[in-house]
Amino acid sequence: MKISRDDVLKVAALANLELTDAEVETYRGQLDDILTYIDKLNAIDTSSVEPMTQVVAASADDAPLREDVVVRADIITEVLEGAPDPEAPYFRVPRVIEK
Amino acid sequence: MSAPATWTISEVQAALDSRKISARELINEFYARIEQANPKFNIYLALSPERAFAQADKIDAAIAAGDALPPLAGVPLAVKDVISTRGIPTTCGSRILEGYKPPYDATAVTRLENAGAIVLGKTNCDEFAMGSSNENSAYGPVRNPVAPDHVPGGSSGGSAAAVAAGLAVVSLGTDTGGSIRQPGSFCGVPAMNPSYGRVSRYGLIAYASSLDRIGPFARTVRDAASVMSVIAGRDPRDATSSGAAVPDYLSGLDRSLHGLRMGIPDDYFGEGIDPEVREKIEAGIRLLEKLGCKRVSIRMPNTDYAIAAYYILATAEASSNLARFDGVRYGPRVPGATLMEMYKKTRGRGFGPEVKRRIVLGTYVLSAGYYDAYYLKGQKIRALIARDFREAFEKADVIITPTSPVPPFRLGERTANPLQMYLADSYTVTGSMAGVPGISIPSGKTSKGLPIGLQVYGPAFGEDRVLHVAHAFERAGGSDL
Repeated sequence: MKISRDDVLKVAALANLELTDAEVETYRGQLDDILTYIDKLNAIDTSSVEPMTQVVAASADDAPLREDVVVRADIITEVLEGAPDPEAPYFRVPRVIEK
Repeated sequence: MSAPATWTISEVQAALDSRKISARELINEFYARIEQANPKFNIYLALSPERAFAQADKIDAAIAAGDALPPLAGVPLAVKDVISTRGIPTTCGSRILEGYKPPYDATAVTRLENAGAIVLGKTNCDEFAMGSSNENSAYGPVRNPVAPDHVPGGSSGGSAAAVAAGLAVVSLGTDTGGSIRQPGSFCGVPAMNPSYGRVSRYGLIAYASSLDRIGPFARTVRDAASVMSVIAGRDPRDATSSGAAVPDYLSGLDRSLHGLRMGIPDDYFGEGIDPEVREKIEAGIRLLEKLGCKRVSIRMPNTDYAIAAYYILATAEASSNLARFDGVRYGPRVPGATLMEMYKKTRGRGFGPEVKRRIVLGTYVLSAGYYDAYYLKGQKIRALIARDFREAFEKADVIITPTSPVPPFRLGERTANPLQMYLADSYTVTGSMAGVPGISIPSGKTSKGLPIGLQVYGPAFGEDRVLHVAHAFERAGGSDL
């Protein structure tokens, strides 16, 4: 067994994800299958391989730096309209700082 | 006059030019068809008639004034629901974005509208583009227009089905591990995944940023090339979009294929391929030989590791990208006594099973102590797969493979085992990892009439070559093999 119930709970906590007991059990079994499958990568020696960290090779043309200037989007109203609990110009959340 | 539902871009434009139909009438016709077909196929999640008719009226006014028309004037377009459209609901097929209306448009959408295309609405997809069958949509699966008790493929199943069912002339999908090409194959329409960096991702709601791409579905390869000509090119709003020159994808389509070297990877025809798929792809390869292509045997030795490495990298990126959905800025919120409780409940209830599975896996492979064993290993395997492609393209101009090892399957047939579902992406994931362009084109049908797709891979930024081969294949009757 590659992954325990506690592992799933720990990871779910890291990901801010509430899971039901049934979900924890289902995911534990499925992740165990997937991680066991992923073990096949150990068959290949990659000690001398450089990791591929980007797809389009960086060149002056392809990774140009731009001026760091503020561009006003003027979409505050539209953005707040989509929020579950807006109080212009803020997003309201449950209290995080005690009085 | 044939029915507008079967029209290509040039047929739309001929009809508009000759005043056989106005853009407004054309859009009316498409909405009438959608209204009739959508309850059965569940292709569109939202329609945008106000915006569509405003654009149609602009085209009609331009025609009346005798103005020169832009290249996609009046062309009805469907857009996958992970691509942002200002003021039009964009849910990513998820409950967690129910009712969300983006405050801006994706660059690809802006470019298509500037070229005269008309956005009809948003198409159903697997939640956050995670899936190969469309059964992971929170709003129910799309049905395959060719065989309604079968899946349309995924994750861009709605966009593939919209074109296949004649409910749009062209559509946009997104591809991370095969999500354009595989549904194109399943629904029997050409489907193009451009090179990574060829089309701006600005406004694409991210699943795995180093793999995600936007590309077209169309009725013909020529139409796919027309859409590519409009959406390709550098966008200052996407730092990973390439400044490489965009060739004219249309001008080279009709050249001969004589002398072109097509690589056939022996490693792609091993176990797991359906016998009928193998038969039609081999027939497709023979057709390309008849058209003048020279068959070259190539090796892609790291193919077998692609799926495992892909599910490390894609889920790792997803776990990070999807952290933003927390009930603060968009979508519904599930209340909680504390901020953390609110986050956890909102995410626990807002995301569906496949998305949660991938967030848990992605968080696990990035967590302390496992980074080297999984994420770093995945990046190294990715480098090896990219090398396989580079070496193959020294011997071959294009690579021919099946798009999917299996034909469309029945709804519900494969949902029980996620790993088995992942393994069916093996021919598309390799190209996703390498960043190269690939197109799926219809290559005959099974004895039961289910579509089969042949995939043409080209080197990075070799879209013109990929389209050229696909077009010749299509013109030579590839879809009727």
